[in-house]
Amino acid sequence: MATPENKLAFDGGWEYSPAPESTDHIKVAKKYELFIGGDFVAPASGKYFDTINPATEARLSRVALANAADVDKAVKAARKAYKGPWSRMKPAERGKYIYRIARIIQERAREFATIESLDGGKPIREARDVDVPLAAAHFFYYAGWADKLEYAFPGRSVRPMGVAGQIIPWNFPLLMAAWKVAPALACGNTVVLKPAETTPLTAMKLAEVVADAGLPEGVVNIVTGAGDTGASIVSHPGVDKIAFTGSTDVGRIIQKALAGSKKKYTLELGGKAANIIFADAAIDEAVEGIVNGIFFNQGHVCCAGSRLFVQESVAEQVVRKLRDRMETLIVGDPLDKNTDIGAINSKAQLEKIESYLEIGQQEGGDMYQSSCAVPDKGYWCRPTIFTGVSQSNRVVQEEIFGPVLAIQTFRTFDEAVSKANNTPYGLSGGVWTDKGAKIFKMTQSVRAGVIWANTFNKFDPTSPFGGYKESGVGREGGLHGLDAYLALEA
Amino acid sequence: MAAKAKQQDVRVPVAKTYKIYIDGKFPRTESGRYFTLEDGKGRVIANVCRGSRKDFRNATVAARKAQAGWAGANAYLRGQILYRIAEMLEGRREQFIAELKLQGATQHAARKEVDTSIDRLIYFAGWADKYQQVFSAVNPVASSHFNFSVLEPTGVVSIIAPDDSGLLGLVSNVAPTIVGGNTCVVLASESMPLSAVSFAEVLHASDVPAGVVNIITGLRSELTEHFASHMDVNAIVFCDGARKTAKTVQELASDNIKRVIARADIDWSRESSQHPYLIRDTQEVKTTWHPIGS
Amino acid sequence: MSLAAVDTKRKLPDLDRVPRVDEVGVNERVARFQSRSIKKESKLQALRMVLSMIDLTTLEGQDTPGKVHQLCQKAMHLHDAVPGLPHVAAVCVYPTMVGVARKALEGRGIHIASVATAFPSGQAPLNVKLEDTRMAVEQGADEIDMVISRGAFLAGDNAFVFDEIAAIKEACGDAHLKVILETGELGTLDRVRRASALAMHAGADFIKTSTGKIQPAATMQVTLVMLQAIRDYFHETGRMVGMKPAGGISSAKLAIHYLVMLRETLGNAWMSPEWFRFGASSLANDVLMQIVKQQTGVYQSADYFSKD
Repeated sequence: MATPENKLAFDGGWEYSPAPESTDHIKVAKKYELFIGGDFVAPASGKYFDTINPATEARLSRVALANAADVDKAVKAARKAYKGPWSRMKPAERGKYIYRIARIIQERAREFATIESLDGGKPIREARDVDVPLAAAHFFYYAGWADKLEYAFPGRSVRPMGVAGQIIPWNFPLLMAAWKVAPALACGNTVVLKPAETTPLTAMKLAEVVADAGLPEGVVNIVTGAGDTGASIVSHPGVDKIAFTGSTDVGRIIQKALAGSKKKYTLELGGKAANIIFADAAIDEAVEGIVNGIFFNQGHVCCAGSRLFVQESVAEQVVRKLRDRMETLIVGDPLDKNTDIGAINSKAQLEKIESYLEIGQQEGGDMYQSSCAVPDKGYWCRPTIFTGVSQSNRVVQEEIFGPVLAIQTFRTFDEAVSKANNTPYGLSGGVWTDKGAKIFKMTQSVRAGVIWANTFNKFDPTSPFGGYKESGVGREGGLHGLDAYLALEA
Repeated sequence: MAAKAKQQDVRVPVAKTYKIYIDGKFPRTESGRYFTLEDGKGRVIANVCRGSRKDFRNATVAARKAQAGWAGANAYLRGQILYRIAEMLEGRREQFIAELKLQGATQHAARKEVDTSIDRLIYFAGWADKYQQVFSAVNPVASSHFNFSVLEPTGVVSIIAPDDSGLLGLVSNVAPTIVGGNTCVVLASESMPLSAVSFAEVLHASDVPAGVVNIITGLRSELTEHFASHMDVNAIVFCDGARKTAKTVQELASDNIKRVIARADIDWSRESSQHPYLIRDTQEVKTTWHPIGS
Repeated sequence: MSLAAVDTKRKLPDLDRVPRVDEVGVNERVARFQSRSIKKESKLQALRMVLSMIDLTTLEGQDTPGKVHQLCQKAMHLHDAVPGLPHVAAVCVYPTMVGVARKALEGRGIHIASVATAFPSGQAPLNVKLEDTRMAVEQGADEIDMVISRGAFLAGDNAFVFDEIAAIKEACGDAHLKVILETGELGTLDRVRRASALAMHAGADFIKTSTGKIQPAATMQVTLVMLQAIRDYFHETGRMVGMKPAGGISSAKLAIHYLVMLRETLGNAWMSPEWFRFGASSLANDVLMQIVKQQTGVYQSADYFSKD
């Protein structure tokens, strides 16, 4: 007989001592310039901005603020490189440069992971085990396509688009840079990349890698800045292609701004994925999948499984196990190797998340948070779940981009599908069941670009990623990811 | 009293012994036999192992043992290993150029052959995690089934490398065979066998698991029939053109329906001779059906 | 004695209600446990905890009273050079050696566990297994490690396996019962989960992975599945059941991974020798070496630790 007393105790007892990753081997400069035309150059305005460590609020470095003049310089450098050495180079040789980038990232892996964790707040374990290896693998994968493009598009010959303007977000800074730069270069384009303003450092370290790898100047240009810098890139007439990853709101602005221009674009935007657990699922592994789906990377994931649908007959069991599992998640210093949930990326983002916690409670949802300690300084949010909410609640409809899960029950397959699709978003979805036929029916019915069956938040350079509906247009990764950077001709 | 003779400052170089490469080790041929390789002026360059059918048999046992593990390694890892082979070969560029020259090539031809071999390895490394995407299919069957076809390696492949190429011909056939998850036993060129043995050293330094590639030197007249007839070999890649021998190979291969892949008269130095169909040649197609329903 | 005569107040559970297990998911969870970094004070605490949880084992055909006596010496004097070390939880021997162990360990607070029921194969009639058990208990065993009938389980005869466990539990009297599933023979994680549920409902005080006589013995994967089964059973009935992985755990590092797994699956209440054991022989010395290394900062050599 289950009683409230049959509870497990997770606090106190044997605790893990701090296990900080060492930082004495990494090199972070006091100041970073713009990387244009193969050199590090000062910004036209002479202005710089701080980048801080969200776990300590301490400044890490200062980076250049690129204005329209700097962007113009970068685009011109990219165009020069495109017309010059890059398009004249044999594709196999182009590929070798990209292989070099992959190799150097592997060699400097620990430094990259540590800086990523410091700059953005994600746990070192994730940066070390997921972000950096995947970034290197992405360069490795696309390097191999450079001289094989004729096999990817039957009946068509291909040519690069030209200069690609690429704007990336703060949740996976290095990995998103890899997702953008690798395929663009492999297809023969040159790039102007703008990292997010709160996480510029690994992009600057990537600039150093590009320089050390000996790529011809101007093939990769990196300009740091915020929204205005991004707008300059989007509107610059010398850019042939825009690739953007970020919020749906900004994606709309970009698509509108590009109306009437000849620029091609791909957009990878927000999501509010349904993670669906059937009664015949492997329940304990499904609970782990919930945790990976919403608490991985502090929930700063566009494809996060932020709406849980659990079949009613196992709902009590699943929620109970989820709560127990939440108690074992360690929120804290991102540089501690045992940290599971790091710092929220910025004060602004934390305020946004907290406003949703407020909204969720006001809407009548039952909020539950784990009981772990959090440090005094820095931006933190404990893992949170809402029960007693439904499709009409804002916390269920809107993307929170934090470690906050909205839980609903369902009774039938059709109900689950209907509710999963009942959203303007369509980036990803999850289904947990032991029955293969149900998996394939789910994948047929859910309108999302990535369906994870009995797993979640799995990424691979060979696997295409991207959304339906307002989650964006275009795919990154895999053979299909080449489409974004090539013009096809009969 | 005689004056002490002045010592010459001459260093005696250490000559290399060429062995064969089986299961990640460098044994001599179990038969103890050898044949000599001579330069243009009739001087002996090296004693080369005259491999026996028992060597070949031992190599196929090693190849079979290694095959499941190699095929089970993920594509990314196989690609990384092939890239590593290229890195190692690049590091020994001068050695390989010198060795090809010793076997009769000009400086220019030797350099081109080594550089092309390195680039060819990189080419096939890049296919490791892509050929599946190009050659697989999801098939839209009429019934309510999810139906997909994927490539799977055929297994153990015996390769008779081109005789007229010391290095590039061997590399051009080994790389596409192993990148697809097969393991192989290679009969090196008879007239230019040295680079094959040195290449085995490169493989050995590249994290290639033992048994994935095995290299034997010896006489075609003695070994071809075993490469063609062994019942535990799934495919034979045959690079020498003589029609009579080709017919014999085909006949011997038929006993276990060995896949016969003839690649005769190919100029391996041309870019057009590298392509992913060389990978597909040693792959099977597996199709799976699964219901779609609740 | 027929099984029908056994008084079982316990009910055979509906094994179809046991949750399925996804192997890939289990592997991923295990990898997470292995990436925990246990250092400094928490490492020393863990090492001491591991020592206190060891069932020092000898189960060889060639065991003699002399051998068992030496094992008991080691149990009592793990490494006298370091004062204040905890003692091991138990020694584990064959029934014929229980008497020797009892005499050697009298009053030392170290339990005596005996294998029984035609260990390791379990291929014997019930009356032989019951006699084996009773003899071990009479000789002084505090704990009995029995093996389930794998053949019957794989053939689907759950009732037979259940009844057998219940009968052995009766024969144990006051001794506590560990039930060995022999996970290496069960084949799938689903079966491990079902066998665990079966054993607990039949009265097991502990569920144990392996005899250590075949490969694979204990793995983190089967252990995780068994811990999950214990958790579900605890929730359902309020009764705590202990867990013992046995065989194949010879490094302190691996043992600490197991403790991480235990802590994050079942929580604090299970973190003691009363509820968790390691069935091992060479693990103790590796743990001792790590303890000395932690205390002195210097890597150690096996030459300085006794092999009894």
